[in-house]
Amino acid sequence: MNEPVFWSLKETIKALADKKISSDELNLSYKDRIKKLDSKVNAFRYLPENLDGIPAAIKDVIITKGIETTAGSKILEGFIPPYNATVISRLKAEGVGVIGKTNCDEFAMGSSGENSAYGSTKNPWDLTKVPGGSSSGSAAAVAADFATFALGTDTGGSIRQPASLCGVVGLKPSYGRVSRYGSIAMASSLDQIGPITKSVADARLVLEWISGSDGLDSNCVSSKFKVESSKFKDNLKGVKVGLPKEYFAEGLNPEVEKVIKEAIKKLTDLGAQAVEISLPHTQYAIAAYYILMASEVSSNLARYDGIRFGKTRDYFGPEVKRRIMLGTFALSSGYYDDYFVKAAQVRSLIKQDFDNAFEKCDVIVGPVSPTVAWNLGEKIDDPLKMYLSDAYTIPASLAGLPGLSVPCGFSEGLPVGLQILGKYMDEETILNIGEIYEQNTDWHKEKPKL
Amino acid sequence: MRLTSDQVKKVAKLANLPIQDTEVEAFSSQLSEILNYVDLLEKSPAQGVESLFNVAMSNVGTQGETVSNVFTQEEALSAAPQQKDGFFISKGVFKDE
Repeated sequence: MNEPVFWSLKETIKALADKKISSDELNLSYKDRIKKLDSKVNAFRYLPENLDGIPAAIKDVIITKGIETTAGSKILEGFIPPYNATVISRLKAEGVGVIGKTNCDEFAMGSSGENSAYGSTKNPWDLTKVPGGSSSGSAAAVAADFATFALGTDTGGSIRQPASLCGVVGLKPSYGRVSRYGSIAMASSLDQIGPITKSVADARLVLEWISGSDGLDSNCVSSKFKVESSKFKDNLKGVKVGLPKEYFAEGLNPEVEKVIKEAIKKLTDLGAQAVEISLPHTQYAIAAYYILMASEVSSNLARYDGIRFGKTRDYFGPEVKRRIMLGTFALSSGYYDDYFVKAAQVRSLIKQDFDNAFEKCDVIVGPVSPTVAWNLGEKIDDPLKMYLSDAYTIPASLAGLPGLSVPCGFSEGLPVGLQILGKYMDEETILNIGEIYEQNTDWHKEKPKL
Repeated sequence: MRLTSDQVKKVAKLANLPIQDTEVEAFSSQLSEILNYVDLLEKSPAQGVESLFNVAMSNVGTQGETVSNVFTQEEALSAAPQQKDGFFISKGVFKDE
């Protein structure tokens, strides 16, 4: 494990500072590995020639100046953006380079990676399984050690779920923590950019780099996330961990449940107190989400007119068309109140659920996904079945809360992620707890055999 | 709720989406299935609850109007499929041209 491609971001930074390796040598190691193995995984859409700095894999919905950006869609095939997203400019200022643009579900719409117009990404743990989505290539690239870390975007679970299914760390920051300037918009009241990394400490560092307002995203708060000295050091004494009974009900695979319960036992062994909580309106979350998200999609994707950039609208793939149609319908005259307004009212109830729950606990813990990675093709013809796989990530997205996925074990040889949800703008507590869990377990050290 | 083929065609027109006749039936059944699921919202106790469209509403920032970060005309046109004399070429507005 001494090869540079297996180093965490923090180890890589130290090795560069100590001159144990040059930036060129580092990039070459990754480039060789990608060349040798990515034909199996299909994590990348595009690999730039000129490499420099710490190699990061960037989801293809994030705009990169001079580097083809397609959002996994044929409508943007060949699109070379004339500017960088704010997160890219900020990473560059920290000495990070783009090793490649990663494959993803078209316009970040999907839970399996299969909606990319450029072929599915495969799960590095089992090439017959999905990697999760929509940040499929970003999670697979980190799991396969094709990059030091990656950026993804999360609208209803698109960072946490593929991180969970690929056995890596994924952080969805609070809504408004990171500027979306240059992130191809899907649903603007939900979208967030966040890191996918090999350790929790790496996720914290990347969040510090990319967070804070740039004056170009009116929903982004001015305060930057700061790495502060953590409240909890070696144990979790004094931490109240909320277990939502709705996240351990019907639909959760019993083997996944077993792994999650063992992880919770580890947290309590480390001193945390488990408290049962209820998020009573969870059952309505997916329905509300699919109306609100699709409505925003129909509006955001109206910009693709084939005049200023991109091709004509017949190049949209089936899932994108489906969501534009659903959203257009929900916003149309006669249905607006029954669907769009009703969904927004339910969103209030879901946020209230979390507000009430956080009166009783510091963080909420449960599974990220009800199952481990499923077979490629298994749900692709059943959109509703695919939507239901996001049951545990969507509620926190609707409430704008931060969420972390941390590797916590295996079921059927496939990774399981533990989801830790925090209070609005309190990423520090979930990172702190995630890090102590990680330091006391070895799951993050497991690697897929490619 | 069931979305008929005619409704699918109407929604596609509103969405400016060119869809093939062969897609209409698939959209009709898939969207109907999704809407049937979404009808669950009717059972929620949301009546009279305030709508929440964006959790950051209270934080939305404003700023003065300053000119910055503008593309050059060349950059703005760099990805245009068709251009003429420094302008985008669009479809005709008043007739099909």
